[in-house]
Amino acid sequence: MEIRNLTCIGCPMGCPLTVKLEDTEVISIEGNSCKRGAVYGKKEVTNPTRIVTTTVRVSGGTEPVVSVKTKEDIPKDKIFACVRAMKEITVPAPVHIGDVILRDVAHTGVDMIATKNVEI
Amino acid sequence: MKNYDIVIIGGGPAGLSAAVAARKNGTESVLILERDDKLGGILNQCIHNGFGLHTFQEELTGPEYAGRFITQAEELRIEYKLHTMVMDISADEVVTAMNQEEGMFQIQAKAVILAMGCRERSRGALNIPGYRPAGIFSAGTAQRLVNIEGYLPGRKVVILGSGDIGLIMARRMTLEGADVQVVAELMPYSGGLKRNIVQCLDDFGIPLKLSHTVIDIKGKERVEGITLAEVNAEGRPIPGTEEEYECDTLLLSVGLIPENELSRGMGIEMNPVTSGPKVNESLETNIEGVFACGNVLHVHDLVDFVSEEAAMAGRNASLYVQNACRSQENTKNLTEKEIILFSEKGVRYTVPSVIRPDHMPEELTVRFRVGGVYKNCYISCYLDGERILHRKRPVVAPGEMEQIKLTREQIMKNLLLQKITLKIEEE
Amino acid sequence: MKNYDVIIIGAGVTGTAIARELSRYQCKVCVLEREEDVCCGTSKANSAIIHAGYDAEPGSWKARLNVRGNEMIESLSRELDFPFRRNGSLVLCLDEKAYPDLKKLYDRGIENGVEELQILNRDEVLSMEPNVSDKVYAALYAPTAGIVCPFHMTIAFAENAYTNGVSFHFNTEVQQIEREAKGWKITTGKGEYNAKCIVNAAGVYADKIHNMVSEKKLHITPRKGEYCLLDKSAGNHVRRTIFTLPGKFGKGVLVTPTVHGNLLIGPTAMDIENKEGVNTTRDGLQQVIEKSADSVKNIPTRQVITSFAGLRAHEDGDDFVIGETENDFIDCAGIESPGLSSAPAIGEVIGKLVQKKYDLKEKIDFISTRTGLPDLNSMTLEKRNEIIHKNPAYGNIICRCEMVTEGEIIDAIKRPLGAKSLDGVKRRTRAGMGRCQAGFCSPKVMEILSRELGKSIEEITKSGGNSRIIEGINKDTF
Repeated sequence: MEIRNLTCIGCPMGCPLTVKLEDTEVISIEGNSCKRGAVYGKKEVTNPTRIVTTTVRVSGGTEPVVSVKTKEDIPKDKIFACVRAMKEITVPAPVHIGDVILRDVAHTGVDMIATKNVEI
Repeated sequence: MKNYDIVIIGGGPAGLSAAVAARKNGTESVLILERDDKLGGILNQCIHNGFGLHTFQEELTGPEYAGRFITQAEELRIEYKLHTMVMDISADEVVTAMNQEEGMFQIQAKAVILAMGCRERSRGALNIPGYRPAGIFSAGTAQRLVNIEGYLPGRKVVILGSGDIGLIMARRMTLEGADVQVVAELMPYSGGLKRNIVQCLDDFGIPLKLSHTVIDIKGKERVEGITLAEVNAEGRPIPGTEEEYECDTLLLSVGLIPENELSRGMGIEMNPVTSGPKVNESLETNIEGVFACGNVLHVHDLVDFVSEEAAMAGRNASLYVQNACRSQENTKNLTEKEIILFSEKGVRYTVPSVIRPDHMPEELTVRFRVGGVYKNCYISCYLDGERILHRKRPVVAPGEMEQIKLTREQIMKNLLLQKITLKIEEE
Repeated sequence: MKNYDVIIIGAGVTGTAIARELSRYQCKVCVLEREEDVCCGTSKANSAIIHAGYDAEPGSWKARLNVRGNEMIESLSRELDFPFRRNGSLVLCLDEKAYPDLKKLYDRGIENGVEELQILNRDEVLSMEPNVSDKVYAALYAPTAGIVCPFHMTIAFAENAYTNGVSFHFNTEVQQIEREAKGWKITTGKGEYNAKCIVNAAGVYADKIHNMVSEKKLHITPRKGEYCLLDKSAGNHVRRTIFTLPGKFGKGVLVTPTVHGNLLIGPTAMDIENKEGVNTTRDGLQQVIEKSADSVKNIPTRQVITSFAGLRAHEDGDDFVIGETENDFIDCAGIESPGLSSAPAIGEVIGKLVQKKYDLKEKIDFISTRTGLPDLNSMTLEKRNEIIHKNPAYGNIICRCEMVTEGEIIDAIKRPLGAKSLDGVKRRTRAGMGRCQAGFCSPKVMEILSRELGKSIEEITKSGGNSRIIEGINKDTF
């Protein structure tokens, strides 16, 4: 049996979680104070994912870059691939919150979307 | 001179939420004065996610969170002026401001809401010895350069201070191609949120060295390296624990200070613990009709709570203006009963710090911070000698703001009530 | 080859004061400076005090030039528009036993020609300065002492000299000096120069420059002084400059308001080898805080906004080395405290010396006055609106701590010998010198510098050389 100690990041409470694993099977989670904690604990030891936020160059806008995020969380080990994919991209202004900047970033099936408005 | 019912100083999350709440409460004449080129304040450079779980039940980035409030403010047609610096506020609520188009101008307000936010402590405030080269940035300055301007201020980075902005910047700079070598924290605990340690440091294998500080900065023109050392319980470096780091950049995330120069200038009484104004249950300062909310009042960890607090300030300012209009001779009742909130044993301060029972809402949120890490403790609240709250907590820490709720019923039950005490108890 | 009548080495307060004096005469003058701007060495990191002149040995250069400098400074500050305030100083005697030393200082002051000196008793001192230590027994009060902005003073000298035809060559470090048939050949990192006469005002490097041409060697020890600068909210803690009785290494730790309204405490005194050693140290800063508490109580040291160190150029002979030490080679070496106070007088003495020796004629078109940046914060609302109406940039605040506008920053860049870096802007306008220490304004000032100088943001530096602020753009290494 393997025991993994985690800090829940589901909310700012940051509950200390103790996850017990048998092979790759989660057998128990303790320390969470809500249901989301259990979901996070299980996911974090089996399939950890993150929302990635970064910047993309903008041409012809009032600001040189626009902030972007993955619309949903992506596998943790794809974070750098995802960021690298944004290096080559320049989007023309205007850009608005929610605009898709890149579809299926780093083959995650998740779109990268703008999180800010940059006008011309 | 122009007249407004409510003038709000600052168009960041606090100012926006206060404005929206004041308008929704029926005050038409509201003006926001914002020094930057857009509304939203510091949220515009906080491009990471994690905002809005309480307010919108979803996880947003800073600009998206700000965007929601800006949209509301625009839908409610709330007036605002950008690029406008408030130079002075007089005790009788004349606001002197300046911008390029109008020059210096004055506005007579019936109520003022202070929502100027905070600034970062600088290197000087810590007296970190060494040279003074380029390459030393406060984490917030680096955040602006990277997130808004697209520039990388450094390639090999050491961060002093594990405040949230420092942790967030460790990840941001890593994701923009910098090598973040270590985050050092003077205290034996982190000043930031736990999830930021997990997501910003652990995810990228960046070590967090608690009880460590920078004792020397090398490089005459640009930072060439720093020396870290472990500190003892008094915060003094322990000889023999020095470690050299080669780096071109030192980021500082060593605390935030409410920006209260305008408040002090108008004679507002300050709380030395928070460096923010002392306020009552309505978030009103000692000057009648002047309210404070957000980071100018006390530094928050979560913008959601800023919005909540500011909405309360906005609503109260609106009620104040409406009541003041109803009875012109409304003068402050000096004999009005005030119950003082005392912070004891582990509790550093409370906001508010005084309650006027006559103005007590049905339910009042009292926010506070603790002075150290306490495990398996209880947050207790006493009304005079009677303990009315005894909440078990596995852990409380200075980096995370706490809150309790008091009800009107509790306060009104005992007409002789003198004091309310908050403390951390072992059992 | 660039030919000049006089070359001044060093654009600190001494070099620029001399340049300004020489610009009165018909001669070709050039100032060589290894840094990118004026006021980059000892002149930028000191107590910013205009001493009354009671400290130095009667008859010494230090005594004579200090007293003369103090006499000159007020009219000079009006002529050249730099901030100066005669706030007076107090030397505290904290122990009855030391009273004879205080009396000695008084007598020396009288002998040096310092006016209005008086010895005050404990009650008189405490009623003037309630925050002075309760231990005070008596004090020497010098109403003629004052405070000045050393940046603005140096910049004012330099700008006025420039207006009157003096050339300034920055980033130009002197490597070698050789005597030639007629004067000198100076080899620098930026080519060779010829001069009939050299004036050595090279601060802590004045020995190195002197020893290039003379067999009678000088030796200058950099004596480090560390300081803490406190927020303006602490600026009224004392109104006068508070000293304690001097010790072996100078005047001890002082507590003084600055002319801009901050509180300054320091300096320490530590002899070091490294002429570049302007780093602060943990011990030094701690000493500043501890020792300042000896003379003034309740200093709000939590209000420290920055700390810095400067190097005094201490010559073994313990006095300024002033005069023509070799034929056509004039030294202004060992200019430690009271160097800032003496600078106007050093300028005057050297100006006359050069004029006499080379029989220089006065310029008929010499412009004696210079106007600094407009002081917007002291203007009335109407006056301010007038100026914003003419130039809206004066209505755009860039530095929120010191309330500096875009207009002032553009002025600072566009002026003669204008700012080229963040520090250059800071010294001229105070943008970045306030409580947030440039946290908010530096990206904006960089943008203005980039626009006005036609440089990319990556080329903007903190203080010239390799002090670049930006290392690259996002993701450039991926």
